[in-house]
Amino acid sequence: MADTITKSVSLRYSPELVDAPIIYHLVRDYHLIPNIIRASISPNKEGYTLLSLTGAEEDFRKAIVYLQGLNMVVEQLADKVSWDELRCTQCGACTAVCPSGALSVQRPEMTIRFDGTKCVVCHMCIEACPVDAVKLDF
Amino acid sequence: MAGKTYEEINAKIRRGEAVVVTANEVIDIARDIGVKKAAEKIDVVTTGTFGIMCSSGAFLNFWHTKPKMKMQHIWLDDVPAYGGVAAVDCYLGATELPAGDPGNAHYPGHFRHGGGHVIEALVAGRPVHLRADAYGTDCYPRRSYEQTLTLADIRQAFLFSPRNCYQNYNVATNCSDRTVYTYMGVLKPHMGNVHYSSAGQLSPLLNDPYYRTIGIGTHIFLGGGEGFVAWPGTQHAPDDPRNARGIPLGGAGTLAVIGDLKQMDARFVRGVSLTGYGVSLMIGIGIPIPILDEEALYYTTVTDVEISAPLCDYGPDGYPTGEPCTLGYVTMAELKSGEIEFEGRRIRTAPLSSYSKAVEIAETLKGWIAAGRFTLGQPSRLLPTDEKFSGGCA
Ligand code: SF4
Ligand code: SF4
Repeated sequence: MADTITKSVSLRYSPELVDAPIIYHLVRDYHLIPNIIRASISPNKEGYTLLSLTGAEEDFRKAIVYLQGLNMVVEQLADKVSWDELRCTQCGACTAVCPSGALSVQRPEMTIRFDGTKCVVCHMCIEACPVDAVKLDF
Repeated sequence: MAGKTYEEINAKIRRGEAVVVTANEVIDIARDIGVKKAAEKIDVVTTGTFGIMCSSGAFLNFWHTKPKMKMQHIWLDDVPAYGGVAAVDCYLGATELPAGDPGNAHYPGHFRHGGGHVIEALVAGRPVHLRADAYGTDCYPRRSYEQTLTLADIRQAFLFSPRNCYQNYNVATNCSDRTVYTYMGVLKPHMGNVHYSSAGQLSPLLNDPYYRTIGIGTHIFLGGGEGFVAWPGTQHAPDDPRNARGIPLGGAGTLAVIGDLKQMDARFVRGVSLTGYGVSLMIGIGIPIPILDEEALYYTTVTDVEISAPLCDYGPDGYPTGEPCTLGYVTMAELKSGEIEFEGRRIRTAPLSSYSKAVEIAETLKGWIAAGRFTLGQPSRLLPTDEKFSGGCA
């Protein structure tokens, strides 16, 4: 599986689509492994799902077309976040929200490490970091 | 052992002979050779903490313009500074927001810029834009002024923080079913995460829990420069309940601190943005504990296992209501492990304060003292231990 990629996408969709079995189709028809990072779904309100998808690049591309076909607003998130080691105060506030372990605390020194290969570009750390040490890299 | 005096320790420091260790190192030393011997051998134990400390700010004096002006409203990089002090003095508070900041209108707000960021910019030597207006008087006729300046152009600038360096602090979680954005960070619903802010066994006031050596005039590491303890901090609450080790179970002691901004280092003075909450200042403080006697040494050997802090619910039904919100107590050792167990559940923890920077501060201060360039300040008054100040949730 040399061409396996992981990309994060955010989906916004109208209330009618809230019950649609989207995840099921992504898995069955496009062989993607979804990881839901965040979702807000409530009756009669616009739905929002932030998820990362892992699979073949070709399948990923087709899945995006499928989602757009459902009238979803699909946004591919930046491919990378970058961590500015010099700006980082080594506090660790990002590590509890980072779902992938890309940002982690090294114990016992309690220093912070960023492993870009684990990052699913979910943006959670960007909201959590008090000193703007993680940024989107377009 | 016969006690040591401040003068004796300072004389040793000046001769370059003082034995200085950090509050981490002293633990193993006392374990190996015992408290008594360690107290004879060691002269100073250094501590450190680096965290977000609200109730921080700086006094600035711009010196007089020509013609002269009594500045009434003052902005630095659009952040209002309080000018109701004198003609060209002002106080810039860490949590102040720029005029027109949308706040939480688009919830949660981002708060990219504010007083804390301006203080950081000044310390870093970056240019800052000063704008002022006034109504004009016979002696101070000028009505408006604008100038881009750096810290070097400001005549006097000192940090004066009414409340820094909390002895201990709440640990935050969120029992509600929605994400909350607090000064303790972003807390996920249903106790999704736990945030804490303390350097634990390295933390200054936990190494001298009854303030036997800390008070007005104590010479400290402040933001990378030298500073002093000016007063007990606001909300200083020494009579919070304590454990057998003397460690308070709530916030307890606080310090008002003062120090020259021009000596500071921007690595230890950082503006912070807390999503949905606002801005503040992260600052590094290190306090040397003189080992005057065995008891002083004993208190510096406190370990993370012996330090507990209240786990509080910061959800809408907890902390914000002003009612008691403590769910239980957790130790610093558990918090630092990355996970706590609470009511049968494992919950991830994350610090808001930087432990590795706290270590760096304690090490730096140790280096200064060992090199003879930093001596102890003997407090002219110790911090009060028995006064009833404010109560409530810390
Ligand atoms: S974007 Fe940030 S929080 Fe999300 S996975 Fe990457 S490092 Fe972790
Ligand atoms: S929250 Fe920001 S400053 Fe703190 S450890 Fe993470 S990246 Fe560094």
